[in-house]
Amino acid sequence: MSRRAWRWLIPLSALPVLALLAYGFRVNPREIPSPLVGRPAPGFALTTFDGAPLTLEAQRGKVVVVNFWASWCYPACYEEAPVLERSWRAYRDRGVVVVGVDIQDKAEAAQKFIRDFALSFPNAPDPTGKVSVDFGTYGVPETFFIDRRGRIRAKHVGALTDEVLRTRVEPLLGEPAG
Amino acid sequence: MIPELGYGAAIVALVLALWGAVTAALGARTGRPALLLSAQHAALAVFVLVTACFALLTYAFLTFDFSVRYVATNTNLGTPFYYRITGVWGALEGSIILWTWMLGLYTLIVILRHREGARELYPWVLTVMLGVLAFFLLVITVAAPPFARQAPVPADGRGLNPLLEDTGMITHPVALYLGFTGLTVPFAFAMAALITGRVGDAWITLTRRWTIIAWYFLSLGLLIGGWWSYHVLGWGGYWAWDPVENAAFMPWLTATAFLHSVMIQERRRMLKLWNISLVILTFSLTLFGTFLTRSGVIASVHAFTQGTIGAFFLSFLALVLLTALGLLAVRWDALHAQGELDSIVSRESAFLLNNVLFVAATFTVFFGTVFPLLSEAARGVKVSVGAPFFNQVNVPLFLALIFLMGVGPLIAWRRASFDNLRRNFLWPVLVGVAAAAFFFSLGVRSAIAVLVLALTVFVASTITVDFARASRARVRLGEPLLPAMGGLLRRHNRRYGGFGVHLGILIIAVGVTGSQAWSVQTETTLRRGEYAELAGYRVRFEDLTASEESNHFKVAGAFTVSNGRGLGVLRPAKKFYPQETSPIAYVDYRLGLREDIYLVLGDFARDGSQATVKFQVNRLVSWIWIGGLVLTAGAVLAILPEKKKAA
Repeated sequence: MSRRAWRWLIPLSALPVLALLAYGFRVNPREIPSPLVGRPAPGFALTTFDGAPLTLEAQRGKVVVVNFWASWCYPACYEEAPVLERSWRAYRDRGVVVVGVDIQDKAEAAQKFIRDFALSFPNAPDPTGKVSVDFGTYGVPETFFIDRRGRIRAKHVGALTDEVLRTRVEPLLGEPAG
Repeated sequence: MIPELGYGAAIVALVLALWGAVTAALGARTGRPALLLSAQHAALAVFVLVTACFALLTYAFLTFDFSVRYVATNTNLGTPFYYRITGVWGALEGSIILWTWMLGLYTLIVILRHREGARELYPWVLTVMLGVLAFFLLVITVAAPPFARQAPVPADGRGLNPLLEDTGMITHPVALYLGFTGLTVPFAFAMAALITGRVGDAWITLTRRWTIIAWYFLSLGLLIGGWWSYHVLGWGGYWAWDPVENAAFMPWLTATAFLHSVMIQERRRMLKLWNISLVILTFSLTLFGTFLTRSGVIASVHAFTQGTIGAFFLSFLALVLLTALGLLAVRWDALHAQGELDSIVSRESAFLLNNVLFVAATFTVFFGTVFPLLSEAARGVKVSVGAPFFNQVNVPLFLALIFLMGVGPLIAWRRASFDNLRRNFLWPVLVGVAAAAFFFSLGVRSAIAVLVLALTVFVASTITVDFARASRARVRLGEPLLPAMGGLLRRHNRRYGGFGVHLGILIIAVGVTGSQAWSVQTETTLRRGEYAELAGYRVRFEDLTASEESNHFKVAGAFTVSNGRGLGVLRPAKKFYPQETSPIAYVDYRLGLREDIYLVLGDFARDGSQATVKFQVNRLVSWIWIGGLVLTAGAVLAILPEKKKAA
């Protein structure tokens, strides 16, 4: 290489650094693995906003999607609420239950949220915060996927998408309940 | 309606910025003044429109317009008035508006100051400034639109991140952004020099003061950030080598290097290539910093805001780096220096070494910051390097820099004779060694502490020797002492302003060293009426009170502090925000020149019978802030217009 050609190495030297930074888009630094994955889900007994009892025990044999949310959790919970409702309608006949757990919230605001998005799956407040502590949530929204045998199989941090929900739920539906 | 107006203003501003950038470039090529005039008008209009955007967004915050997604995310009905205003730039979208506004302001000042003086460079400077403005306006209109609406409209907003509810949040981002955006000006001049091929000294002379101003604001922003961290975060520290702190520190390091190396080019016509590279690097690092904070690529305690705009910033960073370095390659021959180093023992080589050390520090900070990415890319494991890495690598570099701070300004140009060395350094070295012995005999056993203190005394002595000698020379000519000193400061304001900044840095170094070496802390659980003792202080737990504030619930403990005599009551607290899963600590402290008493409330019994408290005695921390004031005085002196030297 001639002496004059060498100088073009200067702009080229920026490329590896840029490539490394671009690589950063592929990874999510916020993903915190849950130690509960693979373990039996902690049981809970709550009362829904409609006044109906809601226990995890009663859902045994079904695939349960437990979603922690709050009306102040803006915008992530607002983004995923329609996703949850859609999926619940699509999957309910195939043995999937979506359960919403509303944490650290005011009842009126939470009920307005449920009305605004016309949520029809069971939603219950967690007044003492015990359920969210048992599940080890860091914030909202967080969603736990529980298999037919009552074990936590996956945790998702941040707003759900149809894609995420489908890829988490489908394999669990194929598993036997025994 | 208001949000649509703001959005419209941003779009028009974007079009005008692009128009101005193109017409300024055309004006440069054709030499037609009308084109340049049009570009100037466009720049003025851009500034007015961005100001309007800013005002409209502020209005949306003040009126709780929760239909605007950004407003709903960063404020709620309980947010106090003051923080509804600072909330405007509390997150990504609004902070980009603030950034763009400042950039627009700098562009106007550049027009006012340089439209007559720098005929060849000026049109291209305008093109670059408006081009950068256009990029940020593109972010505002496409990538992170602050005025985006959202349905359904929530009844209440999420609220500002509670950590940002602090007076520091008005000054810290403003100072930091004034620094970041200010660094665009030297970059624009450097690019203009490369485009026109006038890579001589004109652009350096024109941008020197700009660089000092931007550098000063950056320093101020970093210091206020340290103060915010110290009194808000509740861990008793002011610097954590967090990726976002590093993001602001790296351009500071390279800008500091540049401020020194320009003197070599002015005096000896050396380092042209190096200086242009430093300016390009500095500007790129400001973009990298924004990329880092806004993309969420690297986790950080500061990354409040993240969005899809990482790709935007990375693309722009790539464009800037490849264009600038490409131009550098094109002008390679013209940039080759004429001067040569005559001797290792000379001012040139001291400054050169200073630059090497600054760039080495920048590199290590950069390496440590992106290390999690590197390790994940190479090995698939996410590993962060923590404070120990940064400290171990950087402390020796900074010690060497402090030493050079004493040597550089006094050693002779070209080749220092033995006589020059003895004349300037004999006394300071002796005083420094004596200081080391003195501090050692006082019981200071930490090697680094002794070294820092001795070096500080050494550098301070060199400054004193220089100033005393120059004043004496004037007194001999018949001037009274005080006017002689004042005249010296005015006439050689750049030199003595620099010394002032050096003194400020020395004081900060002493504060940092002292707080690292001698701070003590303890953590105990106290029942009501019980006390804890530490370093001669006694802290007694009196009681616990709870109160409902406008947007949170607050539990505060009352602790009486005494050291033989009463020093008052401190009330550290925990604040419970509905939108946060864990409470926010509210620190209480008593600042002092020697030491600060610093209390953080931990767990407590609900009935108020007992509470855990972290009790720190932090040594010499106040000197960091005092050093900041001295640095400010020095920087102001250096920025003052240079007085014409009397013949």
